[in-house]
Amino acid sequence: MSNLIKHVVAGVAVSALALSVTAAAETLRWSSAGDSLTLDPHAQNEGPTHTLAHQIYDSLVFRNMDMELTAGLATDWYVTDDPTVWEFKLREGVTYHNGAAFTAEDVVFSIKRAQHDNAGVRGLLGTIADVIAVDDHTVHFVTNGPDPLLPNNLTNLFMMDKDWAEANNVTQVQDFAGGEETYAVRNANGTGPYRLVSREPDIRTELERNEDYWGMGMFPLEVTRIIHTPISSAATRAAALLSGEIDFLLDPPVQDLQRLENAAGITVRSAPQNRTIFFGMDIARDELRQSNVTGANPFSDVRVREAMNIAIDREAIRRVVMRGQSVPAGMIAPPFVNGYTEELDAIPAVDRDRARALLAEAGYPDGFSATLQCPNDRYINDEAICQAAVSMFGQIGLDIRLESKTRSIHFADLENHLLDFYMLGWGVPTLDSHYVFTFLVESQSGSGGAFNFTNYANAEVDAMIQAMTSETDLDVRNQMIADVWEIVQEEMMYLPIHHQVLNWAMKDNIEFNVQAEDQPHFMYMTFK
Amino acid sequence: MSTESKTPVDDIKPASLWFRIIDSDLFNSFIRKPVIVASAIITLLIFAIALFAPWLAPHTPFNPSSLNLMDGFTPPMTANEFTGNEYLLGTDNQGRDILSAIMYGTRISLFVGFAAVGLAALIGITLGLLAGYKGGWVDGLIMRIADVQLSFPAILLALLIFGVARSILPPRVMDEATVWVLVVSIALSDWVQYARTVRSSTMAEKNKEYVQAARLFGVPAPLILLRHILPNVMGPVLVIGTIGLALAIILESTLSYLGVGIPPTQPSLGTLIRIGQDFLFSGEWWITLFPALTLLTLALSVNLLGDWLRDALNPRLR
Repeated sequence: MSNLIKHVVAGVAVSALALSVTAAAETLRWSSAGDSLTLDPHAQNEGPTHTLAHQIYDSLVFRNMDMELTAGLATDWYVTDDPTVWEFKLREGVTYHNGAAFTAEDVVFSIKRAQHDNAGVRGLLGTIADVIAVDDHTVHFVTNGPDPLLPNNLTNLFMMDKDWAEANNVTQVQDFAGGEETYAVRNANGTGPYRLVSREPDIRTELERNEDYWGMGMFPLEVTRIIHTPISSAATRAAALLSGEIDFLLDPPVQDLQRLENAAGITVRSAPQNRTIFFGMDIARDELRQSNVTGANPFSDVRVREAMNIAIDREAIRRVVMRGQSVPAGMIAPPFVNGYTEELDAIPAVDRDRARALLAEAGYPDGFSATLQCPNDRYINDEAICQAAVSMFGQIGLDIRLESKTRSIHFADLENHLLDFYMLGWGVPTLDSHYVFTFLVESQSGSGGAFNFTNYANAEVDAMIQAMTSETDLDVRNQMIADVWEIVQEEMMYLPIHHQVLNWAMKDNIEFNVQAEDQPHFMYMTFK
Repeated sequence: MSTESKTPVDDIKPASLWFRIIDSDLFNSFIRKPVIVASAIITLLIFAIALFAPWLAPHTPFNPSSLNLMDGFTPPMTANEFTGNEYLLGTDNQGRDILSAIMYGTRISLFVGFAAVGLAALIGITLGLLAGYKGGWVDGLIMRIADVQLSFPAILLALLIFGVARSILPPRVMDEATVWVLVVSIALSDWVQYARTVRSSTMAEKNKEYVQAARLFGVPAPLILLRHILPNVMGPVLVIGTIGLALAIILESTLSYLGVGIPPTQPSLGTLIRIGQDFLFSGEWWITLFPALTLLTLALSVNLLGDWLRDALNPRLR
């Protein structure tokens, strides 16, 4: 009897929820500086690209707006008796936007697709040896040694329909760096909360709610239609929100925060972001592509890197360029991440005299010339940071030329290994240092070093990073992490600038908390 | 009566050049219009400042190592709160002195303007002379091309040329050649006016006796065009050139404003306005206002001069 009552109550609650969902039919018009680079969900491991993919595609494991792991297309996951095998139980009754059913076969297909050399996300799957469909709704992930953090790596790993991919000839990941166009670049068929209505890259993308979504009633899903119009000009973006042309602005310009906060009907929500901005340089090449130094690579000398590191006035960048909206950084991982320590993150004191002395010691008393490559629409004030850095390097005698371009070109150039000296930002969705190491520190081979454009290669470090994945004793593992960080810092492998502070601006009838990955999942958005 | 008859024609001394200028219709019409005199003075002043910018400017805005980021966003004539430095027109987001940046920026804008007008005039005059003198299918072809081109707005064409150049040239070359690509794109979108004007003047001139005579003497066609016809069609070209200069400067600024022109490390006036626009909402008005005022003053003065020149050289308006 009491069971029956429970059911009735639950039923009423669910239908009430369903009613409220249909009642609050809201169109969300939003903007940001840049657009997704591609709809192919495995081609790029990049924030804005994942943001769009998250609306259309689902991952097995979700990271919700509070950064907690929750059930997605998988309802349950655990390590089996064999410590190298994870079992994932899949959600039943899930369908793709084209009506096809989601099964274990699709998981196997998607993971293998994402392990291809073209896939930007392949670094997430470095430990996976095999994926096996046990039955329609059970999958086994076989790892090279135990991988206790496997589920953390699956939150940005989207599930594709195998039959759809075969029918449209997109079983292979798009070669983004090579400029390839495939059917999956402009079309999508996911299981996600929103389906694609129309897409003009860099102009307008329209999505509508997937009325057959498995999560109906589980998530707010109050937004029924999403219209994204990227606006690259900072002032225009702020004006669009002030004039009511858009409802939500992902990246309000830091100089306009005060004004937006004071404007009636608009609120700004802030949170420290899970992303660090830094410079990297090619330290392995014999000779730089664009430099007056021939026969040697000045960046391969650690004294040069140290000189550049202490030439950067991070506090000035925070104060003037970022208007206080950043946390100067000494390491390339934000404070949320396992392995972060305040000592590692301490910023070096600016010392131009010592920098000049170090350069002279390294054999460059008159400095040298090089080119710094920056995106101009990816990170907050990226181009202005680079300009400021160029003038700081100039003050220790380096003649650095700045080339800034749109991020699709910048990232393609990076992946093609064309850049001597570049800006990059890195977030850590797994909240563990291993993610930083495997993408940015490990030497380039197989799944490792997918974003290590410094070409730094250290067999000892590689071995430590690989050993980390299967180490089950947390204390030992943490010691390994600390050891690798020590080497990264000693070698001055990267020049950290700051951790970004996130600000999302929106109309004040919107309830939406800033997510530290800077990825709005609009199905969680509610309205007052 | 008697005095008149006593003055023989050969008694008049050749007037000095200065006197001939002072006595000319052009000068009289010039000196009688204070607005035009003011425009001329302002134009010359801006030209001089741009020309001598390296010696006049208080700072070297294009040398990044001379900038101090902490000087950024200093308001005009106010001491910076961290460094205590003061700048007459304030600084931009990188701590660059606005006054110096305007001086150097005007230099780039004017250079692009003059070079573009020169190139456009060269192309336009050559094709115009050819079309007017040859007539027939040559005329038809050149003028149809001109018609087609006129149906495109100049800015669209310039953007197109700029875009094509960017995709053809490697980024390094493109960076160094940006100014020249700008010159070419503005010139190619501007030559039509010269060609049309020169063509119609040439058609009128080529049937006059002096040209016929030259032809009878067997003077080759290129020489007739250059020696005899060209000097007689230059008046209108001068007028178009002056107005064209103002338009070219504005077009350059527009392109730079749209972000396809001069890169921000070496800003022209348009680039300065674009950079400053991002800080209008936050109250740093001086970054965009002063370059904009400079552009306005320059374009207005040159335009007024051009208008006046057109009226002064037009016999029907005298």
